[in-house]
Amino acid sequence: MKRHRFSVSLVVGVLLVGTLILCAIAGPLIVRVNPEAIDLAHTLAPPGPGHWLGCDALGRDLLARILWGARISLGVSSVVIALSVIAGSLIGGFAALAGGRTDELVMRAVDIVLAFPGFLLAIALAAILGPGLPDLVIALAAMGWTSYARLVRGELLALRERDFTVAARALGARSARLLVRHLLPALSGPLMVQASFGIGGIIVAEAALSFLGLGVLPPAPSWGNMLDSGRAFILVAPHLTTAPGVAIGLAVLGFNLLGDGLAQMFGS
Amino acid sequence: MRSYLARRLISLIPVALGVVTLTFALIHLIPGDPVIAMLGDNASPADIVSLRHRLGLDRPLWDQYAAFLYGIVHGDLGRSISTNEPVARLIAERFPATVELAIAGLAMAILIAFPLGFAAGANPGRAIDIGAMGFAIVGVSIPHIYLGPLLMIVFSLNLGWLPLTGRGGLSHLILPALTLGAALAAVLARMLRQSLASAGAADYVRTALAKGLSRRAALVRHALRNAITPVVTLLGLQLGGLLTGTIVTEMIFSWPGLGRLLITAISARDYPLVEGCVLTFALTYVIVNLLTDLAYGLIDPRIRVE
Repeated sequence: MKRHRFSVSLVVGVLLVGTLILCAIAGPLIVRVNPEAIDLAHTLAPPGPGHWLGCDALGRDLLARILWGARISLGVSSVVIALSVIAGSLIGGFAALAGGRTDELVMRAVDIVLAFPGFLLAIALAAILGPGLPDLVIALAAMGWTSYARLVRGELLALRERDFTVAARALGARSARLLVRHLLPALSGPLMVQASFGIGGIIVAEAALSFLGLGVLPPAPSWGNMLDSGRAFILVAPHLTTAPGVAIGLAVLGFNLLGDGLAQMFGS
Repeated sequence: MRSYLARRLISLIPVALGVVTLTFALIHLIPGDPVIAMLGDNASPADIVSLRHRLGLDRPLWDQYAAFLYGIVHGDLGRSISTNEPVARLIAERFPATVELAIAGLAMAILIAFPLGFAAGANPGRAIDIGAMGFAIVGVSIPHIYLGPLLMIVFSLNLGWLPLTGRGGLSHLILPALTLGAALAAVLARMLRQSLASAGAADYVRTALAKGLSRRAALVRHALRNAITPVVTLLGLQLGGLLTGTIVTEMIFSWPGLGRLLITAISARDYPLVEGCVLTFALTYVIVNLLTDLAYGLIDPRIRVE
């Protein structure tokens, strides 16, 4: 049996991502403070007992906003990655299995979308669709699916020639069985690696769109819009930018390390 | 090299046409009415009809597309809704600032990445390698929307060494360039370390060492040239991120470039200006990709033959 290597990257990555998921799920249940509740008596309060990360310009508890922001950030990026992987795999898989002219046509279309900078596409779509969570998800998914389409097509073309595929076909396996039992499991490794790196990118892109006022709109808490509103108070209350900045940094670091670790584990 | 250049230039045409078509489709085919979005839900039907006519949106789609292509070829991107000035002129005024920022960001990334990646790759496993790569992984994880304000706090507000915002001399350029180039520097340094460490263990380096060359000279003269190709490939792939990174960086530092113009146009729902800015960014990216491809051809002669 093949032995997997568990690297330091993988362990630290799993710990960071696990903590993040735990914070997103359990955090708002433990810190039972409404993240949108205004309390003008605590305007720009520094970190301390009662408000462990301090309060923003409207006296809202920063810890509660960070934890609810984790839900939004992780929720949005998970849905975006799932959509990107599904759409990319279907399109890339279709191109590889169809072959010939269809393959060439589909991949040319993918190349044209790839020739468009991803974040610019997301900005343009977010600008046209307007702010809001479903539109944000569409804008971000439009940016990410192409890389999965290329990956799946490339991997499928390579896997088609491998001994185990030839053997399965020689034993009479039909296309559907071949795809489900042999090709998809072989694809899962590279897809997991790419998705892990991709989530980090989506978290940053979501934060950047919210920062630009094109993503999650206040008063809903998002790490990006918290950074944007905190900038005005950078001199008097630097904790307003530090808290969401560190949260984004740790989340991205976690997913990058996870991707690194998975890549080493799968030997890619 | 000349036939390689010709082939690359010909292949540019369908890509550029595709990008132009995609930009057109973004504005004209996405569900929702840009005219209602611009005027608001309470606009009178007469105003809606008038603006739709002014923007040419009452014409058949193919006619709009043909007019769009004709306009691009003739440098006419329509007029801004908010200022009534030609979009092409507004873009031409702002574009140099964005190019300046992007080049400065790229230069900053290379200036940081090469010494860092070289030091790490020349000493794999040593303290300097671990330190440099730790720095690189932190660099790639800090989002520029946080790094920008952080640099402002330290270098402008606390130390008072550099100006806070705006465009001016070299001193105005340092913090935005650092914000824009930091993530790219980290990615490039990691790649250079990886490829230099493996090139350093190759037979031809061992031969150079056996002939009496110092390790440093063997690495610089022999290994670096081979190690640089994957770095340039990665650089090419990352240039889109650098270009669109200018949008956020310009917003942080109030840099008067194309990115800030785009976001202002989006806030004002000035669709002709949004379309012009998106098109300029996308076509610039296509041209930058072409230049990167040509650079590969110069660095690695095998690519020219393929």
